[in-house]
Amino acid sequence: MSTINETIEAEDGATRRDFLHVAAAGMAGVGAVMAAWPFIDQMNPAADTLALASVEVDLSAIGVGEAVIIKWRGKPVFVRHRTEAEIEAARAVPMDVLVDKQPDAERVQEGHAEWLVVLGVCTHLGCVPLGTKEGDDRGDFGGWFCPCHGSHYDTAGRIRKGPAPKNLEVPTYAFVNDTTLQIG
Amino acid sequence: MAEWNAAKPKNAVAAWVEERLPILSLVNNVVGVDTPTPRNLNYWWNFGSLAGLMLVVQIISGVVLAMHYTPHTSLAFDSVERIMRDVNYGWLIRYMHANGASFFFIAVYTHIFRGLYYGSYKAPRELLWMLGVVIFLLMMATAFMGYVLPWGQMSFWGATVITNLFSAIPVVGESIVTLLWGGFSVDNPTLNRFFSLHYLLPFVIAGVVILHLWAKKISDSGNPLGIDVKSNADQIPFHPFYTIKDAFGAGVFFFVFAAFIFYMPNVLGHPDNYIPADPMVTPASIVPEWYFLPFYAILRSITFDIGIPFTDIVFIPAKLLGVLAMFASILVWLFLPWLDTSKVRSGKFRPTFRWFFLFLVIDMFVLTVVGGKKPEGIWPLVGLIGTAYYFAYFLVILPLLGKIEKTLPLPESIANPVVKAAE
Repeated sequence: MSTINETIEAEDGATRRDFLHVAAAGMAGVGAVMAAWPFIDQMNPAADTLALASVEVDLSAIGVGEAVIIKWRGKPVFVRHRTEAEIEAARAVPMDVLVDKQPDAERVQEGHAEWLVVLGVCTHLGCVPLGTKEGDDRGDFGGWFCPCHGSHYDTAGRIRKGPAPKNLEVPTYAFVNDTTLQIG
Repeated sequence: MAEWNAAKPKNAVAAWVEERLPILSLVNNVVGVDTPTPRNLNYWWNFGSLAGLMLVVQIISGVVLAMHYTPHTSLAFDSVERIMRDVNYGWLIRYMHANGASFFFIAVYTHIFRGLYYGSYKAPRELLWMLGVVIFLLMMATAFMGYVLPWGQMSFWGATVITNLFSAIPVVGESIVTLLWGGFSVDNPTLNRFFSLHYLLPFVIAGVVILHLWAKKISDSGNPLGIDVKSNADQIPFHPFYTIKDAFGAGVFFFVFAAFIFYMPNVLGHPDNYIPADPMVTPASIVPEWYFLPFYAILRSITFDIGIPFTDIVFIPAKLLGVLAMFASILVWLFLPWLDTSKVRSGKFRPTFRWFFLFLVIDMFVLTVVGGKKPEGIWPLVGLIGTAYYFAYFLVILPLLGKIEKTLPLPESIANPVVKAAE
């Protein structure tokens, strides 16, 4: 054996056998990772879960100052018909008091400032904040209040007080016509 | 170090088996007549075997429940109600399983704090202790997933809050949460995988328990004096002495367990879990099971960011910091053998340590109370102080105390527990 190794030893001391060992182990490693991937990826959302259709909302039924909860992709979406006072309150907030700085105009679509559409999922740990139904506690800023760990959101769905790090997420949506909203 | 003795059974069949598979020797050497054990173990040493017994109770009752349970969001709640109302003795088996989780944790917490007081984590038992920490982590995961299965309001929202902890991880957090859920919220795929893992993990725990016992055999049991075994006079065989003592302790423990099962089966649970899960409505307050409360209190007590003061630059946001603190509160136990610098094992001979240990026990009870309260008024501050003491105990007090504390003189031996005259 030693004579064989000596004859094929390269100048830097590495042998052909060393190279074969490393190459084989490397390929086995790549193979192991490739074999593991299906077992990890099967946990991700399946095709039928991803294919959940978008939902349409009839806006004519929601009066000024009212809000509804729509179920979309298993999650609640808040659609709120804001009053003039609520819009102005949201616009009047100076940027530097906000945790997640975003002007009200970026939270709604142009020409539809009265409609605020946000995911009803607290950005802290995923509870559904109160404030959509009449008589709910709307928190210190007139928007939503999360009962789990005490996060307060304002009338633009922005986080103002409490442990949540971000504003309520705005989902993809479009106005199909004046009275129909499509989420997703 | 432990010796290994071959069994010599008189029974011909047993001898035949032993020659081919030395399983009698295995039992004899770990919990039998050939297991020399310190003669001075007190009743705090009962809780290891009690935890083992509770694992058996949970596996037997759980396997039976799985025969009647349906892991689907539209059927799970009703199948549990059917177990309670229609399945013969279903109510008994389910109450055993639900309260069994609590009593498993009672046994394990007592076992852990016995180890903390008597220094059971110190050399040569570091790995024995660390395997115990692994068992505890597996237990927490198993208990959490089991609580989701009845698909009540607390199941659903507990699962939502706990899986959302992972969203605090920078960059990949949201993808990890989607991966855990198998969707965009806790839903049927989540319930299915939790059921699968809830069935699997107890057997993984049983495997780690075997490693735990193996490590115990090699390093021998500790003892209340914390001194090494010096001669045969210090030891008695595990069987029959400690098998009888453990059996007596199990009788007392099961007596209390039965009182809960038959007279107050829902005292340790939350009434909201008898409301079917509703993804559109969060209950007014979400409280984990009692055995998670101290760690939940640590999670919630962190409400500040770490960053550069008076600027908006944040290195670690509060949410991530809280999650890190919660995981660190258990992972710190893995480093305990090296954090505690005292050469003396038993708290019996550490007069100052005993006070800090007592405060730690009180601190755990305080954090349990805080974890169950709404984060209002005085409670967040109490939680923050409790969290600060918890980490100070492991990271500051134990490392320093070992170097400055004047310990009491150790006795000569376990068999002759008189203190040597001071030199």
